[in-house]
Amino acid sequence: MGIFDFLRSRNKHSASIAKERLRIIVAQERSQRGAPDYLPLLRREILEVIRKYVNVDMDEVDVHVENDGTHSVLELSVALPGLTTGMEGLRAER
Amino acid sequence: MNRESETDDRNVESERSGDGIPEAGPAPSSVPDSGSLTPDVAATGAEKLAEVIVVTSGKGGVGKTTSSASIAVGLARRGKKVAVIDFDVGLRNLDLILGCERRVVYDFVNVIHGECTLKQALIKDKRHDTLFVLAASQTRDKEALTKEGVERVLKELRDDGFDYIVCDSPAGIEKGAYLAMYFADCAVVVVNPEVSSVRDSDRILGLLASKTRRAELGAAPVAQHLLLTRYNPSRVATGDMMSIDDVKDILGIEVVGVIPESEGVLAASNAGVPVILDDESSAGKAYEDAVARLLGEQRTMRFIDAPKKGLFSRLFGG
Repeated sequence: MGIFDFLRSRNKHSASIAKERLRIIVAQERSQRGAPDYLPLLRREILEVIRKYVNVDMDEVDVHVENDGTHSVLELSVALPGLTTGMEGLRAER
Repeated sequence: MNRESETDDRNVESERSGDGIPEAGPAPSSVPDSGSLTPDVAATGAEKLAEVIVVTSGKGGVGKTTSSASIAVGLARRGKKVAVIDFDVGLRNLDLILGCERRVVYDFVNVIHGECTLKQALIKDKRHDTLFVLAASQTRDKEALTKEGVERVLKELRDDGFDYIVCDSPAGIEKGAYLAMYFADCAVVVVNPEVSSVRDSDRILGLLASKTRRAELGAAPVAQHLLLTRYNPSRVATGDMMSIDDVKDILGIEVVGVIPESEGVLAASNAGVPVILDDESSAGKAYEDAVARLLGEQRTMRFIDAPKKGLFSRLFGG
């Protein structure tokens, strides 16, 4: 580091920002890998139904498909506002 | 094994006896000179399995073709019989990097369509007797490659006693990239220490684990190796570029080589001489190390630390 480096004080640790962003996006994309194509649409339509009754945020939904050999479990968690637990689970099996 | 492609194979050349059982052992002596590239093929070809290496990345411009050329040359320099195939149909470039662009007569698509024999299309490298190049077509559309056609060419190379078949993948995740990786035993994923390249590499790793023949057959998975290119140790030291460990942590696979950003790479492609042949450049030496590691040798990483600064640059930056 030169003594004049402070003059060009750019975003100092852009590499660590890059790493953090990648860590998150890669983890998210890996979890969606191999999941059925209809999942995003399913997620939206279920949310629309729930929103007829409760005002939930579009981001407060977590859709998950787990594969344990013989069958897949579709897990959908919706965070409902104003409840003490904050989480309510809906489960469907196929 | 695809029966149809076996039959096609026979139609192109003169009729052979038998119905194309792969493990049929040494070919009958009556076989014409069709694909045989070396005299000892009949003796060794049957039991020896060529290793198919795909050089891929997802993102373009990260150094796939440069890496394919140097890996192929590195293997050939060790006396291995190597074929390197350009899968980038419509955007042929491997020939330029290897300096054989004026000797391309027939290409990969011509072979697949039966317009020439494999032997006619393989270009023998001027510097290495055991290195052969199969150029991509410049004119055809991407649909010109078929899975059966690629399988047939790989099988023929195998039967001809090749030790390694290096598949230079096009960028993207379209058909050319899919076919380049489909038959692979081993993958070299070329990645720059940069966000879009790392993310795309992760997509490719996912495809290698699911969309390859090994994955479909439930066989041992495709061996995955990371090759970091355009690595700049000085920028890593100042926190402006992700380090080897950063990339390794994110992608979770082993690094087979780190190629430093080097003037030698452009100079080499300008001259049509793969950079691995430039003993002066750090990139050339780093490729040499990477090839050794691919073959199982243990070598410590070189050129990964920033050069020591003198007093002047310490004081004034730079």
